[in-house]
Amino acid sequence: MINIKNIHKSYVMGQSRLHVLKGIDLEIKSGEMISVMGASGSGKSTLLNILGILDNYDTGEYSLDGTPIRKLNERKAAALRNHLLGFVFQSFNLISFKNAMENVALPLYYQKVSRKKRNIIAMEYLERMGLKEWAHHLPNELSGGQKQRIAIARALIAKPKVILADEPTGALDSVTSLEMMDILQEINRTGITMVIVTHEHDIAARTEKTIKITDGIITEIIKN
Amino acid sequence: MFEIDKWQEILSTVKKNRLRTFLTGFSVAWGIFMLVVLLGSGKGLENGVAEQFRGGATNGVWITSGVTSMKYKGLKTGRPIQFTNEDYNSLNTTIRGHDHISSRLFLGNNLVSYKNQYGSFFISPCHPDYGYIKEIELIRGRFLNNIDIHDFRKVAVIGEKVKASLFKGADTVAMGKYITINGVLFKVVGIFRDFSRNDNEQKRIYIPISSAQRIFNGNNIVQQISYTTGTATPDQANAMVENTKSLLSRRHTFDVKDQRAVEVWNKSEDVRRFSALFAGIRLFIWIIGIGTIIAGVVGVSNIMMIVVKERTKEIGVRKALGASPGSIIGLILQEAIAITGFSGYIGLVLGIGLLELVSSKMPSTEFFRNPEADFSIAIGATVLLIVAGAIAGFVPAMKAAKVRPVDALRDE
Repeated sequence: MINIKNIHKSYVMGQSRLHVLKGIDLEIKSGEMISVMGASGSGKSTLLNILGILDNYDTGEYSLDGTPIRKLNERKAAALRNHLLGFVFQSFNLISFKNAMENVALPLYYQKVSRKKRNIIAMEYLERMGLKEWAHHLPNELSGGQKQRIAIARALIAKPKVILADEPTGALDSVTSLEMMDILQEINRTGITMVIVTHEHDIAARTEKTIKITDGIITEIIKN
Repeated sequence: MFEIDKWQEILSTVKKNRLRTFLTGFSVAWGIFMLVVLLGSGKGLENGVAEQFRGGATNGVWITSGVTSMKYKGLKTGRPIQFTNEDYNSLNTTIRGHDHISSRLFLGNNLVSYKNQYGSFFISPCHPDYGYIKEIELIRGRFLNNIDIHDFRKVAVIGEKVKASLFKGADTVAMGKYITINGVLFKVVGIFRDFSRNDNEQKRIYIPISSAQRIFNGNNIVQQISYTTGTATPDQANAMVENTKSLLSRRHTFDVKDQRAVEVWNKSEDVRRFSALFAGIRLFIWIIGIGTIIAGVVGVSNIMMIVVKERTKEIGVRKALGASPGSIIGLILQEAIAITGFSGYIGLVLGIGLLELVSSKMPSTEFFRNPEADFSIAIGATVLLIVAGAIAGFVPAMKAAKVRPVDALRDE
């Protein structure tokens, strides 16, 4: 599903260059659930951004679901993100003035699905997350766990092949974190590939494989 | 582009920043308000002046005989020029391009009576074409015709006011009745209303020039010749006027440059001068109005810049979820256009409202009447608003489109 070979990425900061990724090789098979661990500044978020076509890489090769990802224009990148990828963020990133249902339906809006139809689908996904009664509430009326479940529903609604989660439990308490992992594992069982960036060992332990990144290179791959 | 979702989003962002949006909108509304009021006032000024020009075809040329003021070919100054029917015939056949021509005799005010009603009215002998040249509107009957001229008929076309003062009480039907002008009976064949507001113009009586010459004058004297220049361009009309002058100067032996020997009033020239003046005033008003609107647009642009800054994270999320740059640009542009459009529309309505109020409450003076903003101004202002909104939103929208989701989503 995800195939990257010798990926390099550096940021130019004024006069100096910061070499963040120094040759990453990684293959993630369809339906796999892996976690990425590493100290802050190790390059794990950069890797996730590249996987999510949110950022470019300098050299190397990346193919997603058989599509080579290289120097795409913004529109194509947006379309690929919309159809193949789902994102779950640490700070949920829900749109504050839209209610739960509208937030979930947003990816379908960019697929030009009619308002009526996408709201029906959004309700189905909210029901799966057990949040049907909260559909018309604004994000600030919900708890952290509820918000993250809405974000997950939003990530799922476009039927993506890969879900990329950046510290999905970072802002949640331990009980809610475990609940969240249950949900993510359940989703993974439906065949969706999952990449989770985390720094919590017990979260990483719930995935099939943990990849450790140190200073821009993969130093260890642990099978859990 | 006009989906409910986008409108909802615009509404919710506007709601979140009510005061800010109001102040921005106010500057645009003020700009449009000023533009409409200025243009309407300009129009009022123009209407006032246009009113002064009423009562006479705009392509009319009036030539009145006068007294020489320059020595010419050994002839002294102060010599009166006397037009005759020959001059009329000569102009009619020589000057090409005129479509109506008439000569006139000035008989001045004369005693006119019907039964025991008397009055003093201005008697104006002329040709049938004068009805067209003077833009006389007939209420009843007909104007003079060629048979009247040919047969020296004693017929009269009287003004509304003349009718009102001679035909009173039980005897109000004037048509077909005989009135006495300076002791001679004339049959009333028509009643007219003059376009000009001047009261004296309504107190006239038109009679055939041939009859007048025979009855009151005994010869072929003419004091004024007037014609309309048809479809001639302003330049062609000027050439016609020059030809007329040189023809008359040859026939009556006076210097063509003598302004007093014949007095020529080329109305189209005046009309042209005034329309140029008003075109200038209009241009000036548009420049001021647009300047005011630009100030408003800068305000909107500024606000949208802040909006984009505040919504950077949201824009990043949208992009991560698959929003194309185009859809982001559309979102910001639409919001800018909505703010300028809506507030501008309010300014437009208020401006037109004020003009209507002034128009209905203020008495019209000689040079100012009926200030109005016509349909084309409203359309022009609307187009201007949309363009202004688009300009206001353009830079912020481009900025929004350039937001990189990576930067926007980075957790601080």
